[in-house]
Amino acid sequence: MSAASRAEAPAFVAKTKAGRITDFVDARVGGSGMLREFGRKVFPDHWSFMFGEVALYSFVILLLSGTFLTFFFDPSMAETRYDGSYLPLKNVEMSVAYSSSLDISFDVRGGLFMRQVHHWAALLFVASIGVHMLRVFFTGAFRKPREMNWVVGSVLLILAMAAGFTGYSLPDDLLSGNGLRIIDGVIKAIPVVGTYISFFLFGGEFPGTAVIGRLYMLHILLVPALILLMIVLHLFMVVVHKHTQYPGPGRNDGNVVGYPLGPVYAAKAGGFFFIVFGVIALMAAFFTINPIWNYGPYDPSPVSAGTQPDWYIGFVDGALRLMPGVIGDFHFEYVIFGYTLTLNVLLPALVPAGILFTVMFMYPWIESWITKDTREHHVLDRPRNAPTRTAIGVAGFVWYCVMWAAAGSDLIATHFHVSLNDVTYWLRALFFIGPVIAFVVAKRVALALQRKDREIALHGRETGRIVRLPHGEFIEVHAPLDEYKRYKLVGFESPSPLPAVPNDHGIVTRKEKQRAFLSKWFFEDRVAPATPAELEAGHGHHAPAVEAGEESKSLSH
Amino acid sequence: MGNHSDGSPNHSGTVATAGQNEVEKFQDPGIPPHRLRLADTDPKAAKRAERQVAVLFGASVVGTLIFLVAYFAIDLGEGTSIATIRLQNALLGVGTAFAMLGIGTGIVHWAKALMPDHEVSEERHPIRTEEDRLAAVRIVDDIVEETGIKRRPLIRNTLLGAMALAPLPAIAVFGDLGPRPDRALSHTMWAPQEGKLKRLTRDPDGTPIKASDVTIGSAFHVIPEGLNELHEGKLNEKAKAVVLLMRLDPASLNPSEGREDWSYNGIVAYSKICTHVGCPVALYEQQTHHLLCPCHQSTFDLTNECKVIFGPASRPLPQLPIAVDAEGYLVATSDFNEPVGPSYWERDEHERSIKS
Amino acid sequence: MKALSQKRRHPLAVIALLLMGLLITGGLYAVATTVNQAKASTTSFSANDTAEGEKLFAANCATCHGMGASGSQDGPSLVGVGAAAVDFQVGTGRMPMQMNGPQAYKKPAQFNDDQTHQLSAYVASLGAGPAIPEEHLLDEQGDAAKGGELFRVNCAMCHNAAAAGGALTRGKFAPALADVSGKHIYEAMVSGPQNMPVFNDANVTPEGKRDIVTFLKQIEANGSPGGADLGALGPVAEGLFVWVAGLGVIIAFTIWLTSRTS
Repeated sequence: MSAASRAEAPAFVAKTKAGRITDFVDARVGGSGMLREFGRKVFPDHWSFMFGEVALYSFVILLLSGTFLTFFFDPSMAETRYDGSYLPLKNVEMSVAYSSSLDISFDVRGGLFMRQVHHWAALLFVASIGVHMLRVFFTGAFRKPREMNWVVGSVLLILAMAAGFTGYSLPDDLLSGNGLRIIDGVIKAIPVVGTYISFFLFGGEFPGTAVIGRLYMLHILLVPALILLMIVLHLFMVVVHKHTQYPGPGRNDGNVVGYPLGPVYAAKAGGFFFIVFGVIALMAAFFTINPIWNYGPYDPSPVSAGTQPDWYIGFVDGALRLMPGVIGDFHFEYVIFGYTLTLNVLLPALVPAGILFTVMFMYPWIESWITKDTREHHVLDRPRNAPTRTAIGVAGFVWYCVMWAAAGSDLIATHFHVSLNDVTYWLRALFFIGPVIAFVVAKRVALALQRKDREIALHGRETGRIVRLPHGEFIEVHAPLDEYKRYKLVGFESPSPLPAVPNDHGIVTRKEKQRAFLSKWFFEDRVAPATPAELEAGHGHHAPAVEAGEESKSLSH
Repeated sequence: MGNHSDGSPNHSGTVATAGQNEVEKFQDPGIPPHRLRLADTDPKAAKRAERQVAVLFGASVVGTLIFLVAYFAIDLGEGTSIATIRLQNALLGVGTAFAMLGIGTGIVHWAKALMPDHEVSEERHPIRTEEDRLAAVRIVDDIVEETGIKRRPLIRNTLLGAMALAPLPAIAVFGDLGPRPDRALSHTMWAPQEGKLKRLTRDPDGTPIKASDVTIGSAFHVIPEGLNELHEGKLNEKAKAVVLLMRLDPASLNPSEGREDWSYNGIVAYSKICTHVGCPVALYEQQTHHLLCPCHQSTFDLTNECKVIFGPASRPLPQLPIAVDAEGYLVATSDFNEPVGPSYWERDEHERSIKS
Repeated sequence: MKALSQKRRHPLAVIALLLMGLLITGGLYAVATTVNQAKASTTSFSANDTAEGEKLFAANCATCHGMGASGSQDGPSLVGVGAAAVDFQVGTGRMPMQMNGPQAYKKPAQFNDDQTHQLSAYVASLGAGPAIPEEHLLDEQGDAAKGGELFRVNCAMCHNAAAAGGALTRGKFAPALADVSGKHIYEAMVSGPQNMPVFNDANVTPEGKRDIVTFLKQIEANGSPGGADLGALGPVAEGLFVWVAGLGVIIAFTIWLTSRTS
């Protein structure tokens, strides 16, 4: 049997040397099959689909520049006297970690550039994950079958923040040292085990001599490994699901319209890596980031005005700032059964972040429970066509931004010449009413945009051309849309609220009533897409008559 | 309920997911016809695009050269000026940016202008077919059956027990990450040693401070005597012991009962470590007598024993009782009367034991 | 408010005219000697300076600080604040104060160097206080590293580690220190203007202050080795930059990348 099959093997012989090598590899790993599967795989093209790639490419740049930095960085907290070439710190007592960070900046050629590339790439990494998640949220791309990938992405966000924070602390400068001290303070506020966790993390009392080395191991080994693992899972699921696409002519849940991977999409995506790298290099060339030489070595006594974490931890720092420690005579720190409970630290450190992340992780299930929508979705929603979801997203984003702004309250005060205390009072108020206002405004804007779409679909777009009719009337000429453009404006679903349904025993449960209530809230305000009948009716009349009809209709509600 | 802001002429679907009736909807006209680009029809335009791509790749080569020249022509070391470092950093960055952007924009321009831009449609296949599911269920059933785990609960239960306990050593090995806290947080270096009171000394050089040195409106940053001579754990001690020393008009101080003799002639000493999360509270406003923490803006009123008047802190800063020794130097008469710094679970217990 | 301030400016104009007259007609000798003395040692004042300073004070400052600088509801007594305080407050334009507020702002100086000198002389004559620093303390030849250490311990919490300034409570702030002369920095330390604490010579020695000035001038002259410093404001400025400029440029590229070529 085996002898026979050997004899039957097709005698393909490659002609060139490269061909022979390719054939050798292919025959052993089965590359032809993979290429057949993926070589012409179709990817939809839209600028908002690129943020995930920005994050991926930033991560690759982080690995490259980070590897360079590890060759010169020494995470020891042993004391030394600085002997490098930066004069304003000459002979100053500092840790070896800080000294080696200074050497990277001043005595290693290209070291400063690599540090700046690494740090800018880190900020961009987390920022692009954030924007990518906003895109996924507002277009409804998290719906079935992509709920789990949304969760993996959320885990990636948390891991990216962890990677950033552990890296921020490594240079052991005054800024990062005070950052660690704040973390220590927050950890100590944890009931029962807080003090122990603090002692375990720092290897004894703060600051100790262990923490930089430990964070270094997490930063260069554990966290990046987990990020890589999650990226593999994330991309695997993207391949399984295929990419989503925006609604439009020829696009539906059963197909995917775009460019084939080879050559166009591969060229664009591949070229984009170099573009992202180039942009980061430009930032590193001309803009200082984390000037550790300004801050000086860590010492528990000094602190610099404007001590803040990097932007992605900012919202937690802002929440800490917004929390009042005392209201009237009520102290948020009190003694319970002989033990100290520090709610003025615990509440702001855990609750807002807890709510944000819990809702973020759960949102796909929350929405599908309310809407009872269990179908697969591959065509995205335009944000305006899901007004309530859009409003929820904007409200959450505004809430986040209020806390984020609070982390810079001192800089807001100095730059706009207002009182620091007033900034805090205003932000405390916005913390509660900001999301509400944002929800209402965003929903109204979305509905207004839907009405505009309807208007354009039915009456065409404004041309700006004014014509005087024979009887003296002036009208603006509207140009009718072609069917492709019109389909983009009308091709969406507009579900109406789903009333409570009795279960098998004929009883409407309380939970079902709540769901029905939320469904009403979710879908009540809606603008249905224009229909062919309406377009037909519109063509039968003069434009002004239709306008009047519209007017009276909306007034009647 | 349904017609609230509802623009549709009638209400068709009672089920949210049903949407409108098919007849009422516009028909999908399909993918729009392909529009040719300039480069598809005009060979000159195609040639021009080709040249543009080549120029971009050429720019990348120039960028690489800039990087190499900047790296080798500028050397760093003793006596290099900051301007030189800035120049090298800028050139390395510009070189890299050109090298990368040249390749990136070149490839993308190539793809956009010259590669075919026909949109194609690909069918989506179900992620899981019912056939696959049934086959998988059969396989899993067979596997479970062959292991016999359902029939032999003893094996299953002991295995579960073993698996539940096995990770314990992995947790236990982290027991040596740090020592137990014990009472480390409840005392500082200010405690008198062998009856000798600790002098207040200047941060960072450690020279003692005379009461007469501290004029009204002054703020001294203070460390305990002997801190700089410590070899081990200097920063740990400093992290708890740093103190801010200020002098006010004695009339503006309002000491509570039992704390009248903690100050000297209007000179007061307070812990610099914020009771919120531990930043150094070092911003002293000499006219308002407020102390402000730069990290989270907790504000303490010095005239009121550092009571919190704004911000997230909840507890006053601990005061260090001070006096003057025979030579006129300021000394701490005892350690702080409570644990300094941010609160922790056992704090109240420690405070009670200090006071008793 | 505006009318008031203009009224206040009137007497100043008269005094300035008078002074000009004096300078041109009879006072040339006196001026020449003060200038020479100022070069040799900035802290010595002639009797003439004091007398002229008193006139200037009565016309411009006494409204708030009271006759004889004994203070009033609107301004503190200046007896014993010393020449350094006057030279700082008037020399940086903080005094005369534009309007009442949480804090006096820096603005173009209202008096020229001679007038400032005379005002300093007058206030110094009222009671002993910190003097204007001597030249050798401002030569910026001290130990920058030592100065940096002192700066971080004593100054950075309000003025920021890179001297970019910071916020205080209720609308007050610690200003940025770039473009402030070494003399004014020194004077601020010894006199403790507004809410800034006093750093007398027993706290930070004159040598230490010289080191601090050296440090500040050195980092100012150096600039940032990494390129533009984004205001040296730390992570907030960096975060804002990456969101606005970094992501902005990237988005521009993504739009170009996914657009159709004509």
